[in-house]
Amino acid sequence: MNGTIENRDSFLKRIADKLNRVPGEAPEKPEWSHSPQEHVYEDYSEDQLVEMMKNACEPIHTKAFETTSAKLAEQLDMLITEYGAGKIVATKDARFNEFGLKDVLEKYQVYTWDYSEGHKNIDKAAEAAIGLSICDVMLAESATAGLFNDKDKARSVSLLPEISIVIVPKSRIVPRLTQAMQLVENKVKNGEKLSSYINFISGPSNSADIEMRLVVGVHGPIKVAYLIVSDL
Amino acid sequence: MPMKVGNQPFFKGVDEAIHDSFMVNAVSSAQDGLRGRKLSATVGDDALGDWEEWRSAGEEIRAHTLNNLDYYLKQLSDNFSNRGGHVFFAETAEEAREYIKKVCKEKNAKHVVKAKSMVTEEISLNEALEEEGCEVLETDLAEFILQVDHDQPSHIVVPSVHKNRQQIRDAFKKLGYEGSDDPKELAGFARKTLRSKFLNADVGITGCNFAVADTGSICLVTNEGNANMVTSFPETQITVMGMERLVPTWKELDVVVSLLCRSSVGQRLTTYVTDITPEANQEAVDSPKDYHLVIVDAGRSNALGTDFQSALHCIRCAACINVCPVYRHIGGHAYGSIYPGPIGAVLSPILGGYDAYGKLPYASSLCAACSEACPVKIPLHKLLIRHRQKYVEGGGHPPIMEKAAMKGFGIGASSSPIFKAGVKMAPIMLKPLVHDGSIPKGPGPMKPWTHGRDLPEPSRENFRAWFKKHRDQPMTSHDKGTGESL
Repeated sequence: MNGTIENRDSFLKRIADKLNRVPGEAPEKPEWSHSPQEHVYEDYSEDQLVEMMKNACEPIHTKAFETTSAKLAEQLDMLITEYGAGKIVATKDARFNEFGLKDVLEKYQVYTWDYSEGHKNIDKAAEAAIGLSICDVMLAESATAGLFNDKDKARSVSLLPEISIVIVPKSRIVPRLTQAMQLVENKVKNGEKLSSYINFISGPSNSADIEMRLVVGVHGPIKVAYLIVSDL
Repeated sequence: MPMKVGNQPFFKGVDEAIHDSFMVNAVSSAQDGLRGRKLSATVGDDALGDWEEWRSAGEEIRAHTLNNLDYYLKQLSDNFSNRGGHVFFAETAEEAREYIKKVCKEKNAKHVVKAKSMVTEEISLNEALEEEGCEVLETDLAEFILQVDHDQPSHIVVPSVHKNRQQIRDAFKKLGYEGSDDPKELAGFARKTLRSKFLNADVGITGCNFAVADTGSICLVTNEGNANMVTSFPETQITVMGMERLVPTWKELDVVVSLLCRSSVGQRLTTYVTDITPEANQEAVDSPKDYHLVIVDAGRSNALGTDFQSALHCIRCAACINVCPVYRHIGGHAYGSIYPGPIGAVLSPILGGYDAYGKLPYASSLCAACSEACPVKIPLHKLLIRHRQKYVEGGGHPPIMEKAAMKGFGIGASSSPIFKAGVKMAPIMLKPLVHDGSIPKGPGPMKPWTHGRDLPEPSRENFRAWFKKHRDQPMTSHDKGTGESL
């Protein structure tokens, strides 16, 4: 059902009058004469993108590990142990099974998000030490994990626990925001329903609001790690 | 909190500010830090290519969007509503407040959490909701500090830049804080205090960095994670946006978000760039069920179709504030507006009129560092000059004495006998004030000028007389000069 729109006609008419326009008339959208974003990193190879992404992790206080699909389960297991295990929550994402992570998730009694359980999910995420997600797109320039959150791939998993581990299939690494935005535009063009929460996250939450001193870890995670899987 | 900060006249505020040495030091080191970070993430980042190309791209996008604003607002509201969100167009601050109050009342909301939003400060939203019995909590760390300490923002990106850690610790004591003044510990206290507030709030209110017209989406650009909390757990989300804060499509969103992150804090992207498209009554557990978008004019349309239209291109990065030599010495509060610095001096008179903010365009040396820093190429210093012109032409109400003095000067300067007499009289009249060849303290209108420097004693021989005497003499090598001094 559509939402309401109030006060629109008079508001737009006033604006259009000032701009000497017929209210609401579609303009011809210009061919932009400046589009530098399309040429940045255009000749980078896949390996160069991975290198750039790893370099971009340091300034955002994020750890990056590279592994293969055969060793992913083992590597994730090690990482969880290193972070002290504890309670863990994961998004509901078929890729966990596809990537052969079922056993690790069972070993640590990971709670998998299930929206039919209602508010219990939020309680689980709030008390968890670690959240596990798989990214939909990774921006190499800024080491940014793009998550198309929905009822299953819940945003709370990468927000509430103090540690966020994100699995990054190498094939999902793109140069920068430009390519992620193209992805979204293509979805819209193909008539796909746009995810209501598209979240681009670059490392742990932080603030420099007190005397400009950087504090890592404010309301979101305090630690973030990426697990790059080189053959996925 | 309204747009106005404090109640004192501009120059009194300036006098107080320049003597606040902690504030002046804090502001100048914040400026240096932010400016340095911006430079290395923009002109200093070779991988980006030519930064000027990026600025031109930003300017082109913003100019096109503003020139066709009614169309893009129509498209945005249609798409927001198609996904079940409600849109309210507010011509005035009061209309915006009333609508938001109504929504909160309908929801029987008692607890409201807010992410940082300058436009909600501008329309005094907190006070309005508190009057209705709502608890309204600012959750951005800086805004939280200011709220606890009943203080006002002095910078649009780092609103608490004027406060030191001891002051912040003392403010937190009011909430039972017993820790040290270590920023990490202070931030940890905010995390602990606010966590349950986020999870139990009825309504979440955010501003809007950019809306995307062709999908009805709202983009929030943040670092702390509080905006993500605010937009996840309350059942109702209200987004308040200045009517100019939108782009046509995601393609343009890419450019403006990149410009904003790099120009404001020198990050390639801020920690969170979150794009929210309404989905009413969805099954997701950690998502609002009801979305409202309030599109606010509140004086912005005064700039449309005028010389000041480009002021609405602003993406609120504060790069102009971070290079301004005047802001450096007087800080944010002295401007008397929540929008300080060069963009504040341009924007405040547009939104609030010359009577309240007509003096602000004079808070500039016109060095144009602001225009050079602006990532969307707003010619800020030219707009400041245009404001001054309009102000003295009667757009504002310059003081009667100033008007009379200007008129008197006009008469004197256009009459040869009066002018000649005046030039002759000046050295005699000023003689009692001269000490060692200069005037250190001038009376009346000369007072502010001599406050910072000495006025040279007027020469007894005026230029015309000197010229007449020297006209027919051959030039000496001294007169010709060597050219080196040029």
